[in-house]
Amino acid sequence: MSDVMNTSLFPPELLRILFTLVCAIVIVFGNAVVMGYLERKLAGRFQRRPGPMEVGWHGILQLAVDGVKLVGKQLIVPKQADKVLYRLAPIISFAPAIMPLVVIPFSPKLQGRDFDVGLLFILAVVAINVLAILVAGWSSNNKYSLLGAMRSVAQNVAYEIPMLLTLLSVILVTGTFSLRGIVEAQSGGAWFIFFMPVAFLIFFAATLAETNRAPFDLPEAESELTAGFMTEFSGMGFSLFFMAEYTYMFIACSLTVILFLGGWSGPPLPYGEYTSALWFFAKVYALLLTMIWIRWTFPRVRFDQLLNFCWKYLVPFSLVHLLVTAVVVKL
Amino acid sequence: MKEYFALIFTGGKSLIIGMMITLRELFRPVVTVQYPREKLPISPNYRGHTILIRDDEKPEKHRCISCKMCERECPSSCIDLAGEKREGVKGMVLVRYQLDFTKCSLCGTCVEICPTDALDYSQEYRHVGFTREEFHYDLLAMVEEEK
Repeated sequence: MSDVMNTSLFPPELLRILFTLVCAIVIVFGNAVVMGYLERKLAGRFQRRPGPMEVGWHGILQLAVDGVKLVGKQLIVPKQADKVLYRLAPIISFAPAIMPLVVIPFSPKLQGRDFDVGLLFILAVVAINVLAILVAGWSSNNKYSLLGAMRSVAQNVAYEIPMLLTLLSVILVTGTFSLRGIVEAQSGGAWFIFFMPVAFLIFFAATLAETNRAPFDLPEAESELTAGFMTEFSGMGFSLFFMAEYTYMFIACSLTVILFLGGWSGPPLPYGEYTSALWFFAKVYALLLTMIWIRWTFPRVRFDQLLNFCWKYLVPFSLVHLLVTAVVVKL
Repeated sequence: MKEYFALIFTGGKSLIIGMMITLRELFRPVVTVQYPREKLPISPNYRGHTILIRDDEKPEKHRCISCKMCERECPSSCIDLAGEKREGVKGMVLVRYQLDFTKCSLCGTCVEICPTDALDYSQEYRHVGFTREEFHYDLLAMVEEEK
């Protein structure tokens, strides 16, 4: 193989980096388009409306048209806003969204890099989004933006704890932070959701809050804060936040799939080392559809309810769960 | 402590009930009518502007005898009609029936007072125009056109 390709010009490592980056960007943009369309279409169907119908067959090109519209819009910087931070915020939000895709194992052979601390890497990188939201809200010089940003920080700090505690239960069983190792520990249908369903529920609820999804979408809260931290952003500034949000949802669901739903495992397929990514994506999109379903079912919680739910229910339960897991592993 | 776990149980149950309701709605048919392409059937009782209706026995004719009862009774004075006497024709012949729909309040007095039941409500609800003169309807021309 190395004789066929001129490896001195294109070392395989460089090709691997390029291929990973291209795939990551394709997933980010593709996911944003698919999810944007599904979100609007399903929102309509849940309310017995048809959703987007005008552009293309059943509105299938709606997101392409929206993209063109957003690219064409002027980037407005409010007066007395912190101009540098204001321009930087969407980038700080969007750039870390691509990085976790490097360590996510889509199938046994489709993975950018398998870090020994892959899980910690994802959690660390995703946490930068909170900073981006705070910067966006602070620099906009708008009270709604600032309120949304403050809420986001409080919410993310609170929900990080039950999320990490449930992760720790899984780590106690697998004994590795490597995402591939965690998936391989669940091979043969021994998915962790069957052994620790409570952890799965706590983790899923925490990811809903971490990704600022309804019913925990207080940072955006369109009925009270117009659009929260995104209020002042227009054009591509807004759409970078929009794409980052859907990418974080994708990453959160990927993590849930890897930790609890057995990653790529499923009925065997031809060329399973690559095509079993289909099972991975099927599971991820099933979870994403559940997120949309939840969004269009439940009303937004109040802020005290949000924090009560975390500190009074999720944290104690995840602590007890961790304790029980530790005892069971020790036995 | 008992209340704490009871709340988790009832809360979780209500969440599942809510999810089931939206799931059921997801698979029920869409109720939206895509208006310019699809139209809902109009109730036969709909009160559009008045029109002259044709005789059931002699479909080529309307029933108006130019008695001017409707013009006199109209509270908004929005009807303007004229008839003339013609050689060899019994009774008056209607030559003009103008309805100023900008003034009409759809009270229906003209329809009720008509001695020959020549007037009825139309089914027309799409009234669009750029000038007020476009709402001065010529009912005689309309009934002639229908033939």
